[in-house]
Amino acid sequence: MTTGHVLLGLLSRGQQHGYDLKRQHDSLFPAAKELAFGQVYAALGRLRDRGLVEEAARERVDGPDRTAYRITPAGREELATWLARVEPLPVRAANPVATKVTLLLLAEGVQRTVEHLVRERSARVDRMRELTAAKHMPGTTLQEVLAADHALAHLDADLRWIDSARRRIHDLEGEIA
Amino acid sequence: MTEPVLSCRGVIHDYDETPALLGVDLDVHEGEVVAITGPSGSGKSTLLLCLAGVIVPREGSVLLGGVDLRAVGERNRAALRRQSVGIVFQYGTLVPELTGEENVALPLLLSGRPRAEALKTASQWLERLGVESVARTTASRMSGGQRQRVALARALVATPRVVLADEPTGALDSVASDLVAGELVSAARNAGAAVVLVTHDARVAAFADREVHLWDGRVDDTDPSIGAAADQQVLQ
Repeated sequence: MTTGHVLLGLLSRGQQHGYDLKRQHDSLFPAAKELAFGQVYAALGRLRDRGLVEEAARERVDGPDRTAYRITPAGREELATWLARVEPLPVRAANPVATKVTLLLLAEGVQRTVEHLVRERSARVDRMRELTAAKHMPGTTLQEVLAADHALAHLDADLRWIDSARRRIHDLEGEIA
Repeated sequence: MTEPVLSCRGVIHDYDETPALLGVDLDVHEGEVVAITGPSGSGKSTLLLCLAGVIVPREGSVLLGGVDLRAVGERNRAALRRQSVGIVFQYGTLVPELTGEENVALPLLLSGRPRAEALKTASQWLERLGVESVARTTASRMSGGQRQRVALARALVATPRVVLADEPTGALDSVASDLVAGELVSAARNAGAAVVLVTHDARVAAFADREVHLWDGRVDDTDPSIGAAADQQVLQ
């Protein structure tokens, strides 16, 4: 996914200024990193060079010119192709806890490792509780609920991994002892 | 702090010499929502049955509203349970031939309330949980989500001090599970009841005020404050 594709998606609903695009992006995707203005204008420039967007209007409101952009037919085609494509799967999911667990086992032994897994679990459970409370606050938008669901599902996956790691370490200890 | 609504000390229990609980302490205070989690076989359902007074543990004590369940006979235990405890199970165990209203009215009828009054209170609870449409539908014709909401209304109808729920969302998909867990917690809070919620699903447990994690019959009690300043970025 590129910023350009996201901007094409936002422009598919009608022409907009860079400023509006940034604001709309940040409110629609609360879990994503906020877009910097420079990033928006650079991406629009690249889309224009490729003929995927074009200038629709230029106006001045108390300051420099503001350019509104609109998506071109080629831009719509590019957007449709990108939207239809399955997102690339990660080759391997980074798991810093797994690295730490291996090193804990080597350096400090089973007991410390298990204690550490319990703390990692506890931190995630606390975070899940915060996300769940925030998700059920009155006035939460669908985008915020979807972002919270995604974060919760990932934390839940972490917890399952933590439980299975603990079980495997426990079984291994039983076999060695 | 006030006396807990429900507590247990040193609870040990086994099935045919297979250990299930190896010394569990727990205090549940008024209006508190506690999730009991843990992998299969960790003892969480056995603990719930001990807290409900369904099982008398081999060792240890369970106090419901300050009354030691071991010290009272089976008949008194059942009466105490009817007065103070509402129970919800995984599949919303309702009487299939009875309507939604009749199922919810059952605890009131069993405690001797007049039928008309019991049915009226039952229909108010069905409305509160958004399932008034099944008031006159037999349980066998309800969807899983409807059954679970009716079971929840039945657990709350006699204004218990504590609701015990065993995998109350276990048979539902994740969106329905989210709704029912949220309703269970908010309905119990509004009714002033404490909740003890057994679940293997951390997303359901996240509705609780705190979690008690069981592992091989014991509560995980490693001090979570050690290393609490951990790299928060991992969790963002």
